[in-house]
Amino acid sequence: MDGAAPLFRMEGISKRYGGVRALEKADLTVTAGSIHAILGENGAGKSTLIKVMAGVVAPDEGAMSLDGREVTFASPAAANQAGIVCIFQELSLIPELSVADNIVISDPPKRFGMIDRKAQRRIAEEALARAGASDIHPRALVKDLPLSRRQMVEIAKALARKPRILILDEATSALTAADVAKVFAVLKRLRSEGLALLYISHRMNEIAELADHCTVFRNGRNVASYPAGSKSDNEVVELMIGREYSHIFPPKPVGASAATPVLEARNLSWADRLDNISLSVRAGEVVGLGGLDGQGQRELLLAFFGVLRGLRGEVLIDGKPVSIASPTAASHGRVGMALIPEDRKTEGLMLPMTVRENLSFAALDRLSKAGIIDRAAEQRLIDDMVGLLAIKTAGLDIPVGALSGGNQQKVVIAKWLMRQPRIILLNDPTRGIDVGTKQELYQLMRKLADAGAAILFYSTDYDELIGCCDRVLVLYDGAIKRELVGEGITEHALIATALNIHGDDRRTGLGGKA
Amino acid sequence: MKDWRYWLAEERGTLLAFGIFIVMFAIYSANHPAGFTANVVQTAANKGVLLAFVAMAQTLVVITAGIDLSVGMIFTLTNCMASWLVVGTGLETVFGVLAVLGTGLICGAVNGAIVIYGRLQPIVATIATGAVFFGLALLLRPVPGGSVNEDLADFLTGRFFGVVPASLLALLVIVLIVWVPFSRSELGRAAYAAGSSETAAYMSGVPIRRGKFLAYTLAGLLAAIGGLFLTFFTYTGEAAYASGNAYTLFSIAAVVLGGVSLFGGKGSAIGAIFGALAFRTIGDLLFVFDFDPLWQPLFQGVILLIAVSLGAFALFRVRNRLEWFL
Amino acid sequence: MSETTLGGIMGGIAGRMPKFIRRADPAVLTAFACIIILLLLGSLYSRSFLSPEYLLQQLKVASFLGVIATGMMLVILLGQIDLSVPWSVAAGAMMACAAAAYGPVGVALAIPFGVLCGVAIGIVNGIGVAYLRIPSMIITLATNAVAQGLMVVYTGGFSPQDSATAAMRYLATGFTIPGVPNAVIIWALIGAAMVFALTRTSFGRAVYGIGNRERAAYLSGIDTRRIVMIAFAVSGGLSAFGGVLLAGYASKAAQSMGDAYLLPSIAAVVLGGTSILGGRGSYLGTVAGVILITLLQSILSVMQMPEAGRQIIYGVVIVAMLLLYGRAPASR
Repeated sequence: MDGAAPLFRMEGISKRYGGVRALEKADLTVTAGSIHAILGENGAGKSTLIKVMAGVVAPDEGAMSLDGREVTFASPAAANQAGIVCIFQELSLIPELSVADNIVISDPPKRFGMIDRKAQRRIAEEALARAGASDIHPRALVKDLPLSRRQMVEIAKALARKPRILILDEATSALTAADVAKVFAVLKRLRSEGLALLYISHRMNEIAELADHCTVFRNGRNVASYPAGSKSDNEVVELMIGREYSHIFPPKPVGASAATPVLEARNLSWADRLDNISLSVRAGEVVGLGGLDGQGQRELLLAFFGVLRGLRGEVLIDGKPVSIASPTAASHGRVGMALIPEDRKTEGLMLPMTVRENLSFAALDRLSKAGIIDRAAEQRLIDDMVGLLAIKTAGLDIPVGALSGGNQQKVVIAKWLMRQPRIILLNDPTRGIDVGTKQELYQLMRKLADAGAAILFYSTDYDELIGCCDRVLVLYDGAIKRELVGEGITEHALIATALNIHGDDRRTGLGGKA
Repeated sequence: MKDWRYWLAEERGTLLAFGIFIVMFAIYSANHPAGFTANVVQTAANKGVLLAFVAMAQTLVVITAGIDLSVGMIFTLTNCMASWLVVGTGLETVFGVLAVLGTGLICGAVNGAIVIYGRLQPIVATIATGAVFFGLALLLRPVPGGSVNEDLADFLTGRFFGVVPASLLALLVIVLIVWVPFSRSELGRAAYAAGSSETAAYMSGVPIRRGKFLAYTLAGLLAAIGGLFLTFFTYTGEAAYASGNAYTLFSIAAVVLGGVSLFGGKGSAIGAIFGALAFRTIGDLLFVFDFDPLWQPLFQGVILLIAVSLGAFALFRVRNRLEWFL
Repeated sequence: MSETTLGGIMGGIAGRMPKFIRRADPAVLTAFACIIILLLLGSLYSRSFLSPEYLLQQLKVASFLGVIATGMMLVILLGQIDLSVPWSVAAGAMMACAAAAYGPVGVALAIPFGVLCGVAIGIVNGIGVAYLRIPSMIITLATNAVAQGLMVVYTGGFSPQDSATAAMRYLATGFTIPGVPNAVIIWALIGAAMVFALTRTSFGRAVYGIGNRERAAYLSGIDTRRIVMIAFAVSGGLSAFGGVLLAGYASKAAQSMGDAYLLPSIAAVVLGGTSILGGRGSYLGTVAGVILITLLQSILSVMQMPEAGRQIIYGVVIVAMLLLYGRAPASR
């Protein structure tokens, strides 16, 4: 296919979100009749790339061409028109409608101005058959289907739009092994029919089985392009490593802490997202959670914080089993836990409220007597925190939404430090904030640990895990796959474990090549 | 093969409402002093049909995950209007009917425009427009009165072939020319999709706004049909605040009984119709058992309270408490 | 004085104004401006509009709505709504009068009993909203219907005592301080308590927090369900207390006495700049809204505007004001 004219080409595409660079002069060439795999670690720019392709976001600069003609997409619908269809990770199905309704949703067949249900049924059955999912009944409601079946409907829906370029973003992550085999057969058939497929996956064995061509992204750039099978897994990991780092991390204490575990989990399981997790965190220790995004790390933190129901297994505080049923129970009293949540804008802060109100919000019970806020005490504690974290704000009575991202995150952390928590759970706290603030947070984290806090730290940035953590637990499919300690925490080890290169027990038949 | 099972699952809410209605009506007519006669059926039908129209109207809006607290007032306004306009010669009557229905459409469209394009919360917006509609009704009928073309009224409230209540047939016709086309149109599906998941609908390129607007507008039309029938039954127009409010309230109860989800995206107007008929019958059960009619409002209120609380049981299946706050 | 959460950000135009005005919500200022315009318009119509007697009389009439709107505001700040106001008002009034039939003890406990009935309605609302997570407009409509049913049964079944006690009449129409009607003093006291609760207590902070982002409030360790529950109970209690005062004012309780207070109470809160989506608003705004609505009503009735015209003007004014201030963000 090297000689074939490219179907679609992206040149010099750049995209920034605020100050953060997501894509930097990225190039990509897609050929008809081939499967093209895109690889890269968290935040390498893969998802931004496909969003640009699918018309979801507009690039800041660069050009795209289809069949040699320059194109721009104002909306996902425009990209669809041009024949580019994307299956996103977040499902775009409407839960209360039937499978057939969903498959034809963007352009239902009509007769006398009304939806032609017979034709709709036919289209849906065809599309489901093409997707290798004829076992799904077109009349079934999407909300009644398990996740893996929904994913198949999503694929059928994409196929019903008759795409020329089909983008699959982690499309197999929710599928069973049998479905994956079917989807692969479908994708191979589509390739032989002349479609161009763009395949994004973290599963190295899938890529080895499927792809004709691979492109590795790093730091928003395409760093290598090679025919599939010409590089070993280890070489690929080496290509993905090498993000530019300029962080300076505080020194770690030498030797493992001997203290008894403050927070402990035994065989913790929840729904199909957490699988038999056992871990312990001691006072003075920073324990990292690694792995690809979405492997159960966030759920684990929520489980500790009393948000999840139907949790199986045990949580122990200071060695004693406890049952924490709400964030109130987790943060108040003996437990003394704090959670820096995933999304500071919707879960950490009330943006229109003032800095003052936000800072004291989690500690209101401590700052008030008989429900009346002691404003002097509040002011004292707030002054302490603003000083400790060096929060830059034009005043305490402006809306917290007016602060920069980094300072907002500092407010989220400060509001919890006002309670002097013993256990601190951090859910990717440095995402989308500037380098300077990140450095300060690393220092702060170590300072808190040295003062006796037990810290559980999830980050999508491997470099942070290496620089900050005493130990790192790598999760895959809701289970802890490996514990890395001290010098053993290397980027190679993190990525290799995150990709689960050493044995994917779910689909051994397909096999990797390492 | 298994199609009927899916059909059953889809129509479960409707069938349940139908079942409740049949059981209730059986108890009702079995204990009615006059028994199961054409007369009893006709009276029950005439009462039930009014609420059925208003409940259909409410269904359309509820499907989009909204609510219309002005349906009862559109019903009242169109009743007052009909008591002026639906009179005189055949042609005059026809124009009168058209004017009344047109008014309903406009009321619904105003609600839709304010909610969708003005981006106001449906509750407050429709309470406020409800006040306006009631004010207009009062303007038309400061005191109860007026008249209606009695030939038409008697025709539509009487019986066909001596047994079939004409009002039920009228309801059927309206279902066929308003609800069925709506539910099978692209915009109708858009209304469902928007109610079920607005984000997913947006990502799929569904015409959300037009779908919702159509739902609100048709809701106005259906409420007006209800108002028209009220005039046919009573021969007068009355701007009764309490009655308008009661219809709004009962329409919500009927919708819930009819298996329409208040969170949007699910349910059918057919279910709401049976919900309305069942609700009316349950309310009237008190009479045949010789209860003091004073108990009726309480009885209806309790049914409503139970009906709206039933939906809460899905809550106990939520395993991530953060989902409570979506 | 941090009553307004968004007080500080009014932009450049307001930069030169005195601090007090600069910090106020533009909606509150608009509401006060409307009050002044209404008074001026009224004074063109009749001289007596600016007389102290007339103004005091208006304030007295406003205080009934003020008490009810105070509870409504608390619920709206949470991002919820209380549609059970009509029969909470009626139940409060009727039950207080009814209690008075039971001898001297009944007379003494009449007012607390009436208020408690309202609190009970509010608690049912609170359970529905906070624990069963039924949309507040639905559950409050349902409890409104149940309360109505109970009152109908009560008035029909027995021949009820419906005249207000002396204490109720004194609270509504008497004078403790010469020249200032008691009703106004009561509203002022309740208002002051609400301002204190909203600005100085952890409860108030939690209310604003939940209204802004319930998810964040929950994750901050706030017992959000308890707060919601309390707010609805308070709203029910204040509605009922409003009913008690109204019964005192009219010397008797009547079934439909609450109907006229649902829309005005919501309108007063919303016109005063409180966001219907919750989390934003000041009590000062609600005061302005209550006075605005009362003046509007008064002027319409002085102009002998029939009920029909009043309803229409109400609805239109509310929709217009909401379109100016209460819109949801463009893309959600």
